[in-house]
Amino acid sequence: MLPLSVPFIATAVLSVLGYVVARKRALSVAGGDIRTLTSLPHQHGLNTALSTLLPPLAVMMVWAIGARIAARSDVALVPENPTMVYIILIGLAVTGFVLSLLRISTSFRARTASEGWIMGLLIFASTIAVLTTVGIVLSMVSETLNFFGQYDFRDFFFSTTWSPNFRGDSDLGIIPLIWGTLYISFIALVFAVPVGLFAAVYLSEYAGPRLRSVAKPLIEILAGIPTIVYGLFALVTVGPLLRDYFAEPMGLGQSASSVMTAGLVMGIMLIPFVSSLSDDIINAVPQAMRDGSLGLGATKSETIRKVVVPAALPGIVGAVLLAASRAIGETMIVVLGAGAAARLSLNPFEAMTTVTVKIVSQLTGDTDFGSPETLVAFALGLTLFVITLGLNVMALFIVRRYREQYE
Amino acid sequence: MTDYKISAKGVQVYYGDNHAIKDVDVQIEDKTVTAFIGPSGCGKSTFLRTLNRMNDTIDICRVEGDIRIDGEDIYDPAVDPVQLRAKVGMVFQKPNPFPKSIYDNVAYGPKIHGLARNKSDLDEIVEKSLRKAALWNEAKDRLDAPGTGLSGGQQQRLCIARAIATAPEVLLMDEPCSALDPIATAQVEELIDELRQSYSVVIVTHSMQQAARVSQKTAFFHLGNLVEYGETDKIFTNPEDPRTESYISGRIG
Amino acid sequence: MSTSKHGSLLTLDARTKKRNAAEKRFRAYGLGAIGIAVAALTMLLVSIIANGASSFRQTYISFPVTISAEEIEAAESALLKTGAYNKIIQTGLLAYLSERDLLQDTPEADAFGMISGEAGSTFRKFILANPQAAGTTFQLDLLANGRIDGYYKGRVTAETAVLDKNVTPLQLELADRLAADGALVKQFNFDFFTNPDASDQRPEAAGLGVAILGSLYMMAVVLCLALPIGVAASIYLEEFAKKNWITDIIEVNIANLAAVPSIVYGILGLAIFINFAEFNQSSPLVGGLVLTLMTLPTIIISTRASLKSIPPSIRDAALGVGASKMQSVFHHVLPLAAPGILTGTIIGLAQALGETAPLLLIGMVAFVKEYPAAYSDTAGLFGEAATALPVQVFNWTQRSDPAFVERASGAIITLLIFLLMMNALAIFLRKKFERRW
Repeated sequence: MLPLSVPFIATAVLSVLGYVVARKRALSVAGGDIRTLTSLPHQHGLNTALSTLLPPLAVMMVWAIGARIAARSDVALVPENPTMVYIILIGLAVTGFVLSLLRISTSFRARTASEGWIMGLLIFASTIAVLTTVGIVLSMVSETLNFFGQYDFRDFFFSTTWSPNFRGDSDLGIIPLIWGTLYISFIALVFAVPVGLFAAVYLSEYAGPRLRSVAKPLIEILAGIPTIVYGLFALVTVGPLLRDYFAEPMGLGQSASSVMTAGLVMGIMLIPFVSSLSDDIINAVPQAMRDGSLGLGATKSETIRKVVVPAALPGIVGAVLLAASRAIGETMIVVLGAGAAARLSLNPFEAMTTVTVKIVSQLTGDTDFGSPETLVAFALGLTLFVITLGLNVMALFIVRRYREQYE
Repeated sequence: MTDYKISAKGVQVYYGDNHAIKDVDVQIEDKTVTAFIGPSGCGKSTFLRTLNRMNDTIDICRVEGDIRIDGEDIYDPAVDPVQLRAKVGMVFQKPNPFPKSIYDNVAYGPKIHGLARNKSDLDEIVEKSLRKAALWNEAKDRLDAPGTGLSGGQQQRLCIARAIATAPEVLLMDEPCSALDPIATAQVEELIDELRQSYSVVIVTHSMQQAARVSQKTAFFHLGNLVEYGETDKIFTNPEDPRTESYISGRIG
Repeated sequence: MSTSKHGSLLTLDARTKKRNAAEKRFRAYGLGAIGIAVAALTMLLVSIIANGASSFRQTYISFPVTISAEEIEAAESALLKTGAYNKIIQTGLLAYLSERDLLQDTPEADAFGMISGEAGSTFRKFILANPQAAGTTFQLDLLANGRIDGYYKGRVTAETAVLDKNVTPLQLELADRLAADGALVKQFNFDFFTNPDASDQRPEAAGLGVAILGSLYMMAVVLCLALPIGVAASIYLEEFAKKNWITDIIEVNIANLAAVPSIVYGILGLAIFINFAEFNQSSPLVGGLVLTLMTLPTIIISTRASLKSIPPSIRDAALGVGASKMQSVFHHVLPLAAPGILTGTIIGLAQALGETAPLLLIGMVAFVKEYPAAYSDTAGLFGEAATALPVQVFNWTQRSDPAFVERASGAIITLLIFLLMMNALAIFLRKKFERRW
């Protein structure tokens, strides 16, 4: 860490001081009658405080980041000597302090000036979301390129074996991981989509207020439960249950961790997700559609199956895509429920593994950021990010179009 | 004794605590257009919806009294509203075609009620209904196009075709022209006049001119009461009740 | 009466009967779906509670011990201090057993083995905190070994003990005699909430202290960063930003960030905060930063929704008396939206509290025995290694001793209670300040 606390504290103190002094000065300029001022004394104070604080703060941030880049790339981007920087920072603070004090007069619009600073802060805050995405992409892309420098990308994308070996000479094919991920997600969706959809339909079209007021919050509780809880549930309850009552009697396997275990538990996790999204979407279908169908003598279920659901279909597809993106990116349930062995198999009672499980296993414990066995995690992460990004954007687009249709 | 299609006696409708229809008696004839008129909120639409039990879909709505179609009490516990609505079709205020093709919109009713034995049967029903609704010429070349792509007037005629396709005996129309422009309104009105040949048509309208143009019988509702019911000509030229007269002459409403 | 082509309404035709049956089936599917969801929830909670409730009660062995000032001095100057204290405990236990004639044919080593390996250090801490105890005899409550505890929780039986090298049937018999004598008791397990983690061999001593503290530190970081940044970003996007392609990109970007898998944030944290910025691994600071970035979209989305719900008439009224746009927002809109913002923030925090995957990647899964200080000169603010509640759960699921499954479930119950309180607070705030415009 850089020793920036000294200039930071100094600037902060000066800033507070600026507020007090500027207020006093504004009052004295007004000769005690604040009606002669275009801006109120505290607005002058605020302007001085922000003028003192913000420029050095911005420089500090740039300098801290620059110093990190310099330290990693052996390029002297920034002055080596911290005293130089201290002088620059404190000089900036003092300049802001003095200049803003000098500007105080009866006609100076301190309110506009301070609002300018605040607007800058607001804009900065909203760019953080963008910076996060940039950070995600940059951090993964650079390490992924690093990885492909050491390991052939064709082997990564097309090899069907995954067997990392910390002595080197590993097989790092993503196909078995993608297979496990998709298989588990598929089982989860096969379970969650009908259950979630039927639950949403029943709650919005059939249930009385009593049932709705009980069942809806109960289903929403499922959404608030952390995934680690589902993971433990898979590990200690569902896994052994499936093994003892299904896999072993049917001769399909002896493992408690399996695609089925993880898929079912993930399906439970997705129920509230599917049902609350479908609920919104079904409610967006205009009542006139239902009346039209009922007026022709259709039963309620015929109306739902043949009119409401088809009308809501784009929205429901969007919801399913979002659920799929969730399933593919889910980590804790598969870490605890699916197993660690990379395998290409159709038997759902066998242990398989996923992209997220391998990201966790390659990046925890002793890691060496020079070896492909560690770096592969970034390539896996980038693959995961691209897949889920595609699903999310597609889903957002579809849902947006769908909503516009009924607005 | 006249052969009434629908006969209602002592009908009361409540929305929760709100007494929306008060003790209405009315007899509606077959092969006739009957218009319900009255100011907004007078209960004419509510009463219309009791005739095919569309009010059942509203939880807080309660209907009392005796409504018979062809002498059968439609609120008898043995009556299934689904079967009733096949017999008593309905067209709504706003055109509400399903987001399906024109063909599927019209075929919807026959399909759910099992009126067609095979595809050519169904084709025939669709064509007949579209012809009756005076939409065939405009729609025959684009039966696969979505019904929502039609103009407002065409959409409403599509909804009429859709209602006709289930072969109803009574057709309820809830302000069918209120969302349409004058030209489309004229087309629909012309259509209503033709439909009279085959059905008993009950139409709710807030346009008195429309009632005068299309109907043979008119019922005037006010604050949940049926104030006056009789021949349309008589209601408009020589009303008995002072309330009817003030409404027709534009003093209330 | 005219004959109707539809037949009588009073008799159901065959087709209507069939259709009504289909209607009934459809409703049954709907009810069934709700039933499945509720059953899954019930099973989940029952399984966790059944596995974990017992962790809140722990088996202790209680007997009198005497320690002199000289013994303390000798122990403190010994190379293995806890070993010396262990000896004193063992002497005390032996004295007690022979006085009550409980030892019988049990080997002494077995008797000593019934006390947790953690007992020496517990005793030492007690003595250092209570120096006046020197030279007196006092009653000492010490944790029983995990297997003995397991015996009283149904995990260990005389049959399994035969096969288990960590416990003997003789120990279980002695435990029964001690229990009959009142020296072996189950008490509420305060240590579970205050102890740090313990090694594989000492499940009985493992606690959530460090994890709870680590989680609290991280929540503090998230609250201090995500709330102001989220509110500021929302104000800009909702009140000031012009509708153009840049704001459109920001909006799509935020919606997407809310749906990015949490593990990706872990990779980001590892690459940016640990590898690039070189913050300490396993530190609540890094954990808090990662969770902040993860929570930010949630807070922005809910804050924008609350800002949107404030009617424009309020803004117009403020602008109409000559307030600037900024003043109308900060003086009027923001205070009115505050309850909604707060509710959204609490829900975002609850989400962050339960998040596990990204924390694994930044090293919070490490074994941490020392309480982290909030600030230290070497590590800075929130820079000392810690764990977090959900990560501690994961950590314990990776241990071989089944006693740790009980601990993990107990930790989850604790976590769920925290989440329940946070959500209850959010619901309370929403109900209390709900306003219809």
